[in-house]
Amino acid sequence: MGVIRRGGSFVLKVNPILCDGFGHCHELAPDLVDIDEWGYPIIKKEPTPTGNVQALQSARYAVRGCPRQALRIERIADQP
Amino acid sequence: MISANALPRLLHHASGRPLSLDEHDHEFGPINPKADLLTELRDSGLTGRGGAGFPTSKKVELLGEQRGHGKFVVVNAMEGEPSSHKDLALLNANPHLVIDGAEMLAHMIGAKRIAICVSRDNPIVINHVKRALHERTRRSLRGPEIELHTPPWRYVAGEESALVHWLDDNESLPQYRPHRPTILRIGRSAVLVDNAETCANVGLIGRYGAQWYRQLGTASSPGSTLVSVTGAVDRPHVIEVALGTPVKAILEVAGADTDPLAILLGGYGGTWFSGENIRLPFATEFLAEVGASVGAGVIMVLPKQACGLMETYRITKWMANESARQCGPCAFGLPALADDLHQLVQGGKDRKQSLDRLVQRAAEIDGRGACKHPDGVVRMVRTALQVFSKDLQNHINGSPCVGSRGTKFYATVPKFEREEDLVWE
Repeated sequence: MGVIRRGGSFVLKVNPILCDGFGHCHELAPDLVDIDEWGYPIIKKEPTPTGNVQALQSARYAVRGCPRQALRIERIADQP
Repeated sequence: MISANALPRLLHHASGRPLSLDEHDHEFGPINPKADLLTELRDSGLTGRGGAGFPTSKKVELLGEQRGHGKFVVVNAMEGEPSSHKDLALLNANPHLVIDGAEMLAHMIGAKRIAICVSRDNPIVINHVKRALHERTRRSLRGPEIELHTPPWRYVAGEESALVHWLDDNESLPQYRPHRPTILRIGRSAVLVDNAETCANVGLIGRYGAQWYRQLGTASSPGSTLVSVTGAVDRPHVIEVALGTPVKAILEVAGADTDPLAILLGGYGGTWFSGENIRLPFATEFLAEVGASVGAGVIMVLPKQACGLMETYRITKWMANESARQCGPCAFGLPALADDLHQLVQGGKDRKQSLDRLVQRAAEIDGRGACKHPDGVVRMVRTALQVFSKDLQNHINGSPCVGSRGTKFYATVPKFEREEDLVWE
């Protein structure tokens, strides 16, 4: 499922307008996505290093599993 | 030419009607666009008057870099805040100054079209603007094309992305912008959205230059601003003050209660401001010390006999209803905040838990909407809990104050509409 680049870090971003609170992202990436009392995702704000392969993999599952396609992964390059 | 040190700068008007084009030209002098408007604008240090206070010159530079020939300038006179009347007062007094400013902005970024947006609930102002536009077309057919648009009145309809969405697609719903600053677009053309008061200030700067403009106000927030004073006032009205005037002086001029319990600054998404601090100057750099800001220039005065929590509850309930219901945290979170506040104010059975719940929910909602509507409400609720902390303790202990049981309220909250009656397009 794609190439995993080692450098940098990533955050998940949700489009709150598209999101309908299915909650799949919380199921698929429980470490990155918390859920509020109405079922809408609360996304971890701190960037996760891309080297953390498991986290990146789960983030990718969450992006693919979103029924509304409201999630995406945003990469943050390392500061030189 | 009008004098630099005297007020009013913006609110010049003939008695009972707006200035006609000839009177306007006579009063302000003919337009004399300087060779370098952008430098003048940068030197003047003008910040946006719509609430966010973003430097106008930066916005103009950003739009100037954009490509395309079909750019827009949008003049935002939507006046979403129920307690603010400044844009309408400005257009009632002198629509030509606003249009001049918009034309200068259009010249700076190379826009061909100007859209003036006034909500359709204000037929009188719409007529004034129509008349002003008619006077201009008679004089000259050159320059950018100016249109008048009348979106429906909603709280969030005045938010810039919602306004652009309306112009683009006839829906007053905010858009999702993951990266800021964002260039908003109508179709493919970039849009510069500026508040009507900002445009009027640009009209002054373009005429007289930055030196003249800086003669009023403080070093980091120069110029004058329009302030709508409502609440415990004899007559709610709009006054023009130099930035840096003490809040107390503004209250005195407006004929308001000068020993208030608290003041709501910056509108319904603004901050509560304790009555002890009213000696502070009305300028963002001084108000930032107590966590407040000038915002859209709204001062809602709350007298000693009122209950701040009750007013907060009323405002929150109405703001929750005005949510566009696009994002879950706003659509479900704001009514939940209003419910918690209701429990607190009325002294319901689980009032102790509802305070904890309120704080926790406020933290959860913060920053999770597409626009800043939920963030504004959260800020207002949080500052209310700080400013009215003594009253809050009484409410929790089961002895709510007299004000919360009365029937006299101070915050202007429009009629509560049912969800299916809200008009978005």
